[in-house]
Amino acid sequence: METMFGIAVDGVAYGMILFIISVGLSVTLGLMRVVNLAHGAFAMVGGYVASYAAQTAGLSYGLALVVAVALTVLATLPLERLLYRRIYGSANELAQVLLTIGLTFVIVAGINYLFGPTLKRIPLPEMLTGTVELGPKAIPTHRAFVIAAGAATLLGLWWLLERTDFGIRLRAAVDDPAMAAALGIRTERLYLATFALGTGLAALGGVLGAELLPLEPYYAIRYIVLFLAVVAVGGAGSIFGSAAAALALGIVDTAGKYLIPNFGEFFFYAALILILFRWPHGFFKGRAA
Amino acid sequence: MTRTLRNALLGTAFGLALAAGPAGAATIKVGVVAPFSGPFGVAGKTFREAIEVYQAQHGKTVGNDTVEFVYKDLDQANPAQSKALSQELIVKEKVSFLAGYFFTPDALAVAPLIDEANIPCVIFNAATSAITEKSPRYVRTSFTLWQNTVPLAEYMAKQGIKKAVSAVSDYGPGLDGEAAFKTTFEKHGGTVVDSIRMPLKSTDFAPFMQRIKDSGAEAVYAFLPAGPTTLAFTKAFSDTGLKAAGIKFFGPGDLTQEPDLPALGDAALGVTTSFNYSRAHDSAMNKAFVAKHKEMFGSTDTVTFSSVGAYDGVHVIYQMIKNGGGGKIDGAKAVESVKGMSWESPRGPLTIDPDSRHVTQTIYLRTVEKVDGKLENVEKEAFPKQPDYGYKVAK
Repeated sequence: METMFGIAVDGVAYGMILFIISVGLSVTLGLMRVVNLAHGAFAMVGGYVASYAAQTAGLSYGLALVVAVALTVLATLPLERLLYRRIYGSANELAQVLLTIGLTFVIVAGINYLFGPTLKRIPLPEMLTGTVELGPKAIPTHRAFVIAAGAATLLGLWWLLERTDFGIRLRAAVDDPAMAAALGIRTERLYLATFALGTGLAALGGVLGAELLPLEPYYAIRYIVLFLAVVAVGGAGSIFGSAAAALALGIVDTAGKYLIPNFGEFFFYAALILILFRWPHGFFKGRAA
Repeated sequence: MTRTLRNALLGTAFGLALAAGPAGAATIKVGVVAPFSGPFGVAGKTFREAIEVYQAQHGKTVGNDTVEFVYKDLDQANPAQSKALSQELIVKEKVSFLAGYFFTPDALAVAPLIDEANIPCVIFNAATSAITEKSPRYVRTSFTLWQNTVPLAEYMAKQGIKKAVSAVSDYGPGLDGEAAFKTTFEKHGGTVVDSIRMPLKSTDFAPFMQRIKDSGAEAVYAFLPAGPTTLAFTKAFSDTGLKAAGIKFFGPGDLTQEPDLPALGDAALGVTTSFNYSRAHDSAMNKAFVAKHKEMFGSTDTVTFSSVGAYDGVHVIYQMIKNGGGGKIDGAKAVESVKGMSWESPRGPLTIDPDSRHVTQTIYLRTVEKVDGKLENVEKEAFPKQPDYGYKVAK
């Protein structure tokens, strides 16, 4: 029983980290129809900025987090203007893949050149180190914090997309861009804002998840498969779908590794295949949020 | 037809001229295959820096011959590519030595090449015991998992630890480490209650930590290849409360390699490892090595085990050239000439074992401590003259 509880807690923690990093990809892929393989690279940039801000510039963890998200968004907005704008729409899928994977390589090389190939870390504040007791199970305080942050992100996004004017316009623009434009919705601005939301979430995930997915220049390529798996299982564009997918995959992976470690990643991918076999479009395809 | 013939004649003449040309002062080329870019780029960097430090200290010439290093980038474990690059070095660059090789599969792949071309291959890192069995032209100046693990397991048994668990990455060297640990620890009266094999690509180590905790062991022996995974593992160990629960953490020194120490931070404090080299090793020769490195590259952050692997490898190559008396190198004879060779290295005394062609060396027991505000592997005990226990044992 205690073991089951332990697996559940570890699984939820792992799942929440996957969720925070992947949900931004779900936003760009589902709402903007862009296969953004550079998502991992944006997350990595966020992590590196936070690491630099905290270690070299001496900012506190919270401040470093804010700076990282803001700077990553600012740095990627010109990319939207110059590059992404040209490849919107599902007719351009191959162009999207080629462009974003190329962008990833450029960012990997740039980070490697600027920061070197060694691991970087984001020092945690006193408050987030140590462990918290959850019944019989001790989990790192940082993970508890990530679970809470994940839950907050989930609710915030749901509110933003379902309950605000912005969300309504965005969903209109996604469903029928021509009609939305005819009604006076400025789709270009809307897309810019959504792109910013996606990269901001990527940066947030990069910073919060750095304890689990350590920052090094190949982060962008190493973990993109994980993020894509979560989005595929959850259904692109679905916030609750991403959360459900991340939690399910996190728990399956944790249980598999605990019970039969020799099988490695087998359970993660087996679950992926089975779920996609049953729900080819992911858990929540067809719902807006 | 006549044109082909003329070309062939010209080619032959040119080839002969080349072959006859350098009679007195030759340039002897050494091909180095290692990762210089990509996730393991640090390893290649340490090789290159150590080679340059050695050449700065000892000169670029041996007798009348100039020694030149040619680098080939192999960014990850890829035996086919390793073989292709090595062949290119032999055929096009006409190297007299092959060197480097960070990963076991890459080193193994060149065995038929070095036998056919009669070229010595000096391995700077790849640590699976079985490699040197595959060709008589391999010489290795790094370490093996068996070499590091046997004295560590003996030490753990002597500390009165009865129940231990092993957790290793599921690939060649990891399995070597697991076998070495189990054999030695059980021979000295301990019990290995669980042997966990972790997928090489794991990112989340919480489930393994839970398993270690549930096994009821007093200590854990862990091996993962140096890099992002070791960092996550060591962090998870302290974060999930295992450290606080009093479980002791041992492993080969890959876990606390010097370039990772700053990122590990205080989580690494108190971790006990066994290894063949620590940057903090207290000897005049190591101080000179580290100082020269700092002078040339501005920082010593990357000085680690692979640095001395390369440094000593170059020393062996220089010695082979010296023993050959200059000019063309006969691979088999060159390897023969360094069997049993002993010398003093920045890591301590070394001898090339005549049978395994692997260095017999001192293995140090180290604990991570803060020295002048910087984390270092501080040597606590030394186990001199450790051979490669895994030679012709581990399969």
